Amino acid sequence: MKTPLLQLEGVHTHIGAYHILHGVDLQVMRGELTVLLGRNGAGKTTTLRTIMGLWQASSGSVRFDGEDISARTTPEIAHRGIAYVPENMGIFGDLTVRENMLLAARGAKRIEDIDGARLEWVFGLFPAMKRFWEHPAGLLSGGQKQMLAVARAIIEPRQLLLIDEPSKGLAPAIIQNMITAFRELKQTDTTVLLVEQNFNFARQLGDKVAVMDGGCIVHSGAMADLAGDEDLQQRLLGLSLAAHQ
Amino acid sequence: MTASTTTLAQDALPAVKLDRIPLLLLPVLALAALPLIGSFSTWVTLTFAGLAMGMIIFIIASGLTLVFGLMDVLNFGHGVFITLGAFLAVSVLGRMTGWTESPSLLRNLLAVLPAMAAAMVVAGGVGFAFERLIIRPVYGQPLKQIMITMGGMIVGVELIKVIWGAQAIPLPLPTAFRGSLLFGEAAVEKYRLISVVVGLSVFAVMFWVLSRTKLGLLIRAGVQDREMVESLGYRIGRLFIGVFVAGSALAGLGGVMWGMYQQTITPEMGGQINVLLFIVIIIGGMGSVGGCFIGSLLVGLVANYAGFLAPKVALFSNILLMVIVLMWRPEGLYPVGKR
Repeated sequence: MKTPLLQLEGVHTHIGAYHILHGVDLQVMRGELTVLLGRNGAGKTTTLRTIMGLWQASSGSVRFDGEDISARTTPEIAHRGIAYVPENMGIFGDLTVRENMLLAARGAKRIEDIDGARLEWVFGLFPAMKRFWEHPAGLLSGGQKQMLAVARAIIEPRQLLLIDEPSKGLAPAIIQNMITAFRELKQTDTTVLLVEQNFNFARQLGDKVAVMDGGCIVHSGAMADLAGDEDLQQRLLGLSLAAHQ
Repeated sequence: MTASTTTLAQDALPAVKLDRIPLLLLPVLALAALPLIGSFSTWVTLTFAGLAMGMIIFIIASGLTLVFGLMDVLNFGHGVFITLGAFLAVSVLGRMTGWTESPSLLRNLLAVLPAMAAAMVVAGGVGFAFERLIIRPVYGQPLKQIMITMGGMIVGVELIKVIWGAQAIPLPLPTAFRGSLLFGEAAVEKYRLISVVVGLSVFAVMFWVLSRTKLGLLIRAGVQDREMVESLGYRIGRLFIGVFVAGSALAGLGGVMWGMYQQTITPEMGGQINVLLFIVIIIGGMGSVGGCFIGSLLVGLVANYAGFLAPKVALFSNILLMVIVLMWRPEGLYPVGKR
């Protein structure tokens, strides 16, 4: 039986005078890919940033692998095995692809210190990374930057990946490659919490789904249930999957 | 683990190009000054003087630009580390007059190097306390940073006056550093050559650290997006303290160099140089070490050429240089790609 790796209970987050999260309850099970859906401004990105400690929860608890991490700093949270790919990808544009990857590999002082088999696996998922290894990351296309952002998150084994809208602004062909890469990633039993607005993308990957609105989780369950229920989609997301295919 | 996907995004990237135009400014400026100056030997003398001045400014300003780049901290108190370095040099060298007045270059160096080391260690230590006590409470509050760091400098200068007195103190060059070397008809002061060598050495070490070590990668990444650096698991606060201490230590070293360059030091010298430092880091692109290097040399050359050609213009020549550069490149010569 699968156990939760990440649990949010009654999480409230304020940013300045604004109350963004209003008691978020969310579970991410080990080895599963959970998709967080919702319209713009629903609180999805704030949820990821709160988990990562970039914004502090004003109340509630964020438990990771049984430990309450809500008062931990961002580096401490990262050291517990959580990797974060922000919406803006967080690429260091003045650094090369190689340098970006080296930074993400905390245990490596030089690129030679990175596990060669793992690096080859990442190259297999994202061949463009090998091709543009010595190029400044700022010169990559939007899709390549997204690949680099994800490649960076998986260059060393992590317990949980938090990924914010990886399909945003990408061409359909690149999105399809992303889906293929995520499917391969899922085979390694990596736990993923993925924020998405592209339901078609989310449907193909998600084991579980949670839908946010107004800073709360308004639905959670199996992705297959939501994908197969157009009325529910219409009610929760204001769309039907058919309209997105 | 198996490789899986098809080829991704095969479109070629634009060729990697180094932006050479700012680099070309230096030879272009120097060559443009040659016909105006008229005499080749005078031009060589002025050019070396400008490069030496620029190198010392770079040593002082490099830490300041990194501190801004990493944490958006505008430290108007940087000048106090310069003054502290210069006064420490007076104290150390004053106890070693037998060595500084010896004609032996080796004995002179054995006096100057401990003075430099003392200046760097003490300025670095004071920088650590300055960051903890003065800057840390005002992270993310630029207006308060300006006020409190200026206040910190005023307090620091007054403390220096308490220890060393308010009067100007001579800081004579060691014997072997005095005089000039002749290259044909051009006379180049030995100390200026030494300043160029020290400045280039500092630049080379800094370049090596920033480009070849993981610490340097972290600093460069932190200048671009500190939040992402933290998300990767690195403590940017510790990195910042390290850079702040190193920047303060370099300012202390620069204070020793600048004091010997001027041969007289005053408690106000740091505050006076502060203006030049900010011109340099703005010209270079806030947070860019390479830009700071080019900016420092440009400022040094312009100050010396203008001082010779039009002394009245020299008073505002560096401001004019900054205005021209910013009209051409509003974010400086090498803007740092932030967030």
